[in-house]
Amino acid sequence: MTPALKTQDLVKEFRHPMTMKKVRVVDHLSLEIKEGETFGFLGPNGAGKTTTIKLINGLLRPTSGRIEIFGRHHRDVGVKSRIGFLPENPYFYDYLKAEEFLEFYAQLFGIPRDERRRRVKRLLERVGLGDKAGIQLRKFSKGMTQRLGVAQTLINDPELVILDEPMSGLDPIGRRDVRDIILDLKREGRTVFFSTHLIPDVEMICDRVGILVEGALRDQTDLHNRLAASASPCEILVAGIPAETFERAAAMATRTVARGSEMMFEVPGDGSVEKVIDLVRAAGGRILSVTPQRESLEALFLREVRRTDGARGAGREGAA
Amino acid sequence: MKVWAIAYNTFREAVRDKVLYSLLFFAIALIAASVVLNRLAIGQQSKIITDLGLASISLFGTLIAIFVGIGLVSKEIDRRTILTIVSKPVGRGRFLLGKYLGLVLTLAVEVTIMAICFLGMLAIYTDGRIGPALLAIGLIFAELCVVTAVALLFSSFSSAFLSGLFTIAIWIIGHMSADLRAFGQKAGGAARPITEALYHVLPNLRNFDVKAQVVYGLPIPGDLVTYVLLYGAVYVSLVLVAATLIFERRDFT
Repeated sequence: MTPALKTQDLVKEFRHPMTMKKVRVVDHLSLEIKEGETFGFLGPNGAGKTTTIKLINGLLRPTSGRIEIFGRHHRDVGVKSRIGFLPENPYFYDYLKAEEFLEFYAQLFGIPRDERRRRVKRLLERVGLGDKAGIQLRKFSKGMTQRLGVAQTLINDPELVILDEPMSGLDPIGRRDVRDIILDLKREGRTVFFSTHLIPDVEMICDRVGILVEGALRDQTDLHNRLAASASPCEILVAGIPAETFERAAAMATRTVARGSEMMFEVPGDGSVEKVIDLVRAAGGRILSVTPQRESLEALFLREVRRTDGARGAGREGAA
Repeated sequence: MKVWAIAYNTFREAVRDKVLYSLLFFAIALIAASVVLNRLAIGQQSKIITDLGLASISLFGTLIAIFVGIGLVSKEIDRRTILTIVSKPVGRGRFLLGKYLGLVLTLAVEVTIMAICFLGMLAIYTDGRIGPALLAIGLIFAELCVVTAVALLFSSFSSAFLSGLFTIAIWIIGHMSADLRAFGQKAGGAARPITEALYHVLPNLRNFDVKAQVVYGLPIPGDLVTYVLLYGAVYVSLVLVAATLIFERRDFT
């Protein structure tokens, strides 16, 4: 199947305006997003996420490399009608009313008048701005602008939705709403590509994540596989066991913590978990909790960022 | 339809901008003031009203063309509204054409309002003929179309401030390009090819100015008008093509 989005060896360099030295912001980035997939594009600030997204949307010209959307060149006007795009911290024409704004954008897709009216009304309702249709955008708060931004992203009923930091600057309610909208898009079978530096959002929403550090893709992870990993170690919290049982369980654990009458065993995921549980129950103890210790996305993220920092440090030492 | 949508939005932005109303107010005030001056100038009859009226339309039209024109694209870039527009299925050339037509439409409305006031004065206070005055206004509008295209061209690659400077410079030189050429021919040497090149590249805006003929009741040949309008249309087309070529290559960071 043709991927929804594909980049191959994408490079973007900018020239420093004073020194004229080239700065590479995106470094041989190759990505492939399948149709219907929700892909989280993670990276620290300044990693090149926004630049990559602007390259995909044709706002910047790549220095080298290729970008294909649904198998066609990304700047093809026909392909653009299948994409919805929300830039980071969007700003819109503040002299327009919300409905005029959406109406205008719908016209840019050549949507007929009656259909336009219907969509504008429906989308304003969907993003919770149904009662703000007649208000000028200059009176909109940041959260309202972001919601309207999401609405304009969906005006053409896009197959591929590209969102740059859609949660940034939103309060918890706004973030939850945007997250719910992304989950809806996913349910509707659309492909969603979104960048963020907020990890909990990604863990909850995405099928797959890519971690971008200094313009290069460090890791691509299938979150389902990661979460389903059965061999992950567990933390078992128990109470009310005799000293002898404690000794035997501790022998199987990689780490033990005693806290008053409660004890915690960190046990490798190789069958020892069941053995420890049986042991505790046989001794009349209580199992308080069993928590699988998956490597969290955050840990992965931090490791990738640190690895780059470390390599850079080593490079500097080598040069010195 | 897409070009029209952008044009209409540009028009709507201009119409909702208060600066435009103040310019229009001053223009109409100046046209009205010509009636007072007309009373002072016994024997001159329609000349002052015609002269001042046409000059006001030209001056305020140019001010609007330049000050709105230089912001047409740079404002979209500064405010980052360009990001969502250019990522829609609208070619960059069509975007520029839409912006251009939007301002031309704005100017058409402004010039029409000023013209109604002016022609009204002319009809009430003088026995001056309306026809030639109308022709002069038509040519002023054609000149404004050229100035707008030049402002848009600069706006497509530089800031509003620089675009303003460039456009005003071109407007001034454009009104004296024939003098520039004559000067080059007299001076000779290296100045000659330079002034000759400038004469051909820069718009010859004096072509559009028939105020003197109208004021003094001199004839305006029809083929001259046709030639000037054709010249304007070709010039605008070339400038818009150049703006598109530049704009196509632009990065929006």
